Amino acid sequence: MWRVATVIALHDETATARTIRLEVPDWPGHVAGQHVDVRVTAPDGYSAVRSYSIASASNSERRIAITVERLPSGEVSPYLTQQLAVGDRLELRGPIGGWFVWRSEQTEPIQLIAGGSGIVPLMAMIRSRTAAGGTAPFRLLYSIREPGAVFYRDELQVLSEHDQSVSLTYAYTRATPINWPRPPGRIDAATIANATWPPNLSPTCYVCGPTSFVESAAGFLIASGNSPDRIRTERFGPTGDRR
Amino acid sequence: MALISRGFSGRRSAADAKLPPGQYLTTDFPVLSAGPTPHIPLNDWEFTINEGTQVLRRWDWKSFRELPTENITADLHCVTRWSKLDTHWEGVSLDTLLADIETDAEYALARSYGDYTSNLPLDDLLNKQAWIAFRFDDDDLAPEHGGPARLLVPHLYLWKSAKWVRGITLMQEDQPGFWENLGYHNYGDPWREQRYSGDE
Repeated sequence: MWRVATVIALHDETATARTIRLEVPDWPGHVAGQHVDVRVTAPDGYSAVRSYSIASASNSERRIAITVERLPSGEVSPYLTQQLAVGDRLELRGPIGGWFVWRSEQTEPIQLIAGGSGIVPLMAMIRSRTAAGGTAPFRLLYSIREPGAVFYRDELQVLSEHDQSVSLTYAYTRATPINWPRPPGRIDAATIANATWPPNLSPTCYVCGPTSFVESAAGFLIASGNSPDRIRTERFGPTGDRR
Repeated sequence: MALISRGFSGRRSAADAKLPPGQYLTTDFPVLSAGPTPHIPLNDWEFTINEGTQVLRRWDWKSFRELPTENITADLHCVTRWSKLDTHWEGVSLDTLLADIETDAEYALARSYGDYTSNLPLDDLLNKQAWIAFRFDDDDLAPEHGGPARLLVPHLYLWKSAKWVRGITLMQEDQPGFWENLGYHNYGDPWREQRYSGDE
């Protein structure tokens, strides 16, 4: 069943990523981590559908947000990030997915690991925790190319300063802020050891990002003592993706 | 009636004609898995066919690789909407693995290392429709794509082609697998666009 959504606000997260806020009058609600299918249709009837993670917290206002990263050779993302305007309508299907989700009843420590735009469904988990007044301890390890590529920067900063039980670690892969203690590079065993929950706390781990990133991050989590059945993953992009 | 998206033109290609509805073509090979990739040493690998608690057939890697193999050319269709055409595999046909088994079971559950499962009618595993594949494009199947061996049932959405497969359980009654329990369609025919539960 396709629902009609109206664009109510647009916000550029970075030079290539845009958050699209949508009003969906018949939205049934969602769980953090779920995604929607978005359908766009050309005047001649040709249509294309892509899946995007929901970035916003579960709420009762029938509003959701998605954040779309523009892929240079993409078919749909350039339209969504460059042409779509406030007041335009989109067709949505969803919410979809029942595995890569965090529910506010979960009280165990949560380890979030994002690679690039893989932050989006994890941000929905952080926002849902805040919206529910949750106390589950969260850690986020956010691997990102450079400071300018960070999504939701100010919101994450405020949250980690005001809420002792949400901690935030950036791992830059290409360029760091000035005087940053860790040289740029991909996450490795030491990063995982320093920035994630000790495995004996049995955290539930959510890892989202490009395939190669998820493969390596999940591998380090297991090598450091986390049980594979505590690790949930969501991958995107081609096998050999490097970013 | 679809809503027209002002300013959207989209891309069409000749290959679209070969694609099921709602799919787009990719030349990459994306990876979708619910958890970490298991790494299974060939010495520990085994494949069994079960019915109830009874093990009807069992192969280790050596005896499995002594079975006759087939070269397969198949189009792959993932429920996340990418399709990849004319992929080349080598595998053992389920017709070979299920030969001489007397059963009145109508359903099958593919079981994987890492506890993934996926269900399908037994008929969909027979008659040159399904293989246990262990080579892709002339290379051993990579772990992230399901190696050492995965089920390949290309006429259904790719989640049915269970990676890291370790066996098939024959069942009298249908039993939903991992994604089938989490909102995805029980059968998953890409040409009828059976993506999610509730799709016709």
